[in-house]
Amino acid sequence: MHLAHYLGLLHKAQERLGDAFTEVGKAHSEEPDVFHTCEKLATQCRGHAEKLAPFAGRYAEEAPAEPDRLHSELFNGTRTGPIGLLRDLQDLYLMAAECDICWTVVGQAAYGARDEELLGVVKACEQETAIQLKWLRTRMKQAAPQALVVAE
Amino acid sequence: MVDRIADPWGKRTPYGPGERWPVRVDSFLADGHTEADVQRWVPSASILHSNGDAMDIAVRDDRIVGVRGRAGDRINHGRVDPKDLYGWQANHSPDRLRRPLVREGDRLVETDWDTAMGRLVARSKELLDGPGGWGHFGFYTSGQLFLEEYYTLGVIGKAGLGTPHMDGNTRLCTATAAAALKASFGTDGQPGSYTDVDRCDAIALWGHNVAETQTVLWMRMLDRRRGPNPPAMLAVDPRATPVAREADVHLAVRNGTNLALLNGLLRELIHRGWYDEEYVRAHTIGFDELCAVVEDYPVAKVAEICDLPARDIERAAELLGQSQRLLSTVLQGFYQSNQATAASCQVNNLHLIRGMLGRPGAGLYQMNGQPTAQNNRECGADGDLPGLRNWANEEHVAELARLWNVEVDTIPHWAPPTHAMQIFRYAEQGSIKLLWISATNPAVSLPDLARIRRILANPELFVVVQDLFLTETAELADVVLPAATWGEKTGTFTSVDRTVHISDKAVEPPGEARPDLDIFLDYARRMDFRDKDGNPLITWTGPEEVFEAWKECSRGRPCDYTGITYDQLRTGGVQWPCTDEHPDGTERLYTDGVFNTDPDYCESYGHDLATGAEQLPEEYRAKQPGGRAFLHATPYQPSPEVPGEEYPLLLTTGRTVYQFHTRTKTGRASQLVHAAPESWVELNPADADKLGVAEGDLVRVESPRGVVRGRARLCGVRPGVVFVPFHDGYWDAADGAGPGEGRHDRAANELTITAWDPVSKQPIFKVAAVRVVKEADSGGRPSPAPTVGGAAPPEGSGIPATVGGPAAEAPSRRE
Repeated sequence: MHLAHYLGLLHKAQERLGDAFTEVGKAHSEEPDVFHTCEKLATQCRGHAEKLAPFAGRYAEEAPAEPDRLHSELFNGTRTGPIGLLRDLQDLYLMAAECDICWTVVGQAAYGARDEELLGVVKACEQETAIQLKWLRTRMKQAAPQALVVAE
Repeated sequence: MVDRIADPWGKRTPYGPGERWPVRVDSFLADGHTEADVQRWVPSASILHSNGDAMDIAVRDDRIVGVRGRAGDRINHGRVDPKDLYGWQANHSPDRLRRPLVREGDRLVETDWDTAMGRLVARSKELLDGPGGWGHFGFYTSGQLFLEEYYTLGVIGKAGLGTPHMDGNTRLCTATAAAALKASFGTDGQPGSYTDVDRCDAIALWGHNVAETQTVLWMRMLDRRRGPNPPAMLAVDPRATPVAREADVHLAVRNGTNLALLNGLLRELIHRGWYDEEYVRAHTIGFDELCAVVEDYPVAKVAEICDLPARDIERAAELLGQSQRLLSTVLQGFYQSNQATAASCQVNNLHLIRGMLGRPGAGLYQMNGQPTAQNNRECGADGDLPGLRNWANEEHVAELARLWNVEVDTIPHWAPPTHAMQIFRYAEQGSIKLLWISATNPAVSLPDLARIRRILANPELFVVVQDLFLTETAELADVVLPAATWGEKTGTFTSVDRTVHISDKAVEPPGEARPDLDIFLDYARRMDFRDKDGNPLITWTGPEEVFEAWKECSRGRPCDYTGITYDQLRTGGVQWPCTDEHPDGTERLYTDGVFNTDPDYCESYGHDLATGAEQLPEEYRAKQPGGRAFLHATPYQPSPEVPGEEYPLLLTTGRTVYQFHTRTKTGRASQLVHAAPESWVELNPADADKLGVAEGDLVRVESPRGVVRGRARLCGVRPGVVFVPFHDGYWDAADGAGPGEGRHDRAANELTITAWDPVSKQPIFKVAAVRVVKEADSGGRPSPAPTVGGAAPPEGSGIPATVGGPAAEAPSRRE
């Protein structure tokens, strides 16, 4: 059973997203809404990772060796200025999108594994990830015209 | 005669449930004049708070000599707030701006209108030339202009320049009211009527010190409390305000925890069955989700978060749950605090689950702070589209494009209009290059003033200030335009309970000062804005023409003004919507439990309350609201800044009954100045004891952003909390410190944090971490804080009472 690998993938993606939210928030602390919201969402991501941890352990025993190229690298540090903010939020968006699709995949596997407990975690967390994506989209939509057309 | 400084609320006229509130006509005429000396009474209403009290301006020899309340008006039944009794005298202040000013190096010099407008227009045309030119313009307007002025400015911004960067001081006072109303009921618009006070059996005041913010509304509540079968009263406020002292249950909540309290109260109501299942089923969406969220807030947990006695929370729930006709009012204690929109929506939820809407006595006022804030929201000179339209609804934007005869994409509708704090951020970053500030004073009213001064003083930013006086903000401007004010120009405005009043011109403005409307129209003419057929975009020449145009814009929308005329308003106030079908206006909204949530009609497709993430139109449609209201709920989260070791106390800011906004007017009326001459710092006696501070001692309040000094008043603010009034700035500082020089230690906003609610974008003025240090002994002199209102010292303190003396004596006669 390969579920452990996807749990591991999601777990790591959530941890990385949490760290990236923290980094981006700090880098753009002069945008107070970005700073404060990123702080909150970082905590949320770490909470997701914590909730996943016991399942990763539970399924690890039955898992064969980890396949190649399982994890992806989507974030390489923050940038500055209005366009930098946009790009950093876009990195977060892609990372959150990875988590979003992982929740879908893990949720499907949870059905297959008849694991009601895991399914409960997926259902609670995937909604929060969906809102993270929506917030990022909202904030980027707001910032884009000024950053790309107006700012020098 | 009544000294309305010593007694701001005047004599009681008690009445019982369902009776008509007795008339009491208050007036004040200066210089020994009597009513017999008055040559003309000109209809108007209050411009120094949001209650909308109707009054007549007394004129003699083409000069204002006083005011008198209108006995027949539905709002005040003749009563007048003390700020209105005395505040008009500021119109005559010798330091009124009489000529335009322009910057020459580090000085502002007098000039003529052509030169001042010429500079503004030259810079505007230069900036507008080129792609993205619209993005260099920012407008920061007010809650004190008239409807006609907002609408004109809205059209200039949205159809002329095509910029989304327009907001008002309304963002600081009323944005959460609008956001919460939209979220729950589909559009802005107060459900209730002030007559709900006459019928209710319980009043809950949520972060609303109505005794000092809207004194006439408080008089009405007090008169019910002194009459037969008085309503029960609940106050939620960290200070021992007059409201808190009057209330049967006072919850001195820890600031920043309102949402936890409301979640707990809703849980109690639901657990104890104090809700209307039938109403919930027929008229709301989201009850199960609401139950799931509030379930996590049992009384014991809430008591801990909010630092309240558990029994008091239960008593509050009993008071709310056992009422049959509940009236709620919400204001800055919620709007300017943590999780503002979510907490205010919970008050809406309380009324929805109890079916307490749309019938006499069962009312809800999501209050406004500034007098004409409602019109800014309606007319679209703040973060809304005119006519309470939905920027995300393409058909709504197309309606405006047809009305103005411009291309749809001229109107910025790709994102919500830019909120005030973001406008200042773009100015800070340099992408906004022209900032036009009208009738407000951000150099005192915005958070973290050191930063705001830095932004306004940047030579790269072209700052235009339109005001009555050389305010702290005007000192930093490149062009200063002298404006006419209340009594010197004609226009309309709308109260919290949707009552529209006219304010007619009574006298000429001083010198070359012009009505704000004339200034905007002059700008539009000089900029030569055109519609898509090449005709002038704006053809209006006076306020009544603008009002007629606005009526068309409002047609079919919740704020429908089509049935209102200037002539009708001169006979008395009318509540919108007022149409051919309802020619006398509409007292209450949602009487049938059908809300404005239809996807084609609503003003917003909604947000996630925790983050502000926008919901997409198709998601909103999928909920099939069908006229049902939304029960939004979200968990409590601590405020962005909470006390710690370095800054162990919580700061909150607020007002006194004697002053308005940044004292631009009320600081120039002698009775009001004497009543509250300077700022102060309120401490709880237990905290003061630990700090070694006694009454009247000079203390320094420090936050991570700045320092404020003031004389300590030991009074009823809750332990751990420090209160500083937000009115004071620097224009009349004793040490003469102008902007950019001298000490900046008077304005409360030196201390406040730059942070805002994720949905309403209203700044958080009521939660910041501070420490207090004693600087000097009182020398036996008590704090200059008034003894009336929230700053009242404990009984027996021996501090001389605040009085106005003979100069403040005002007639008050009963019917």
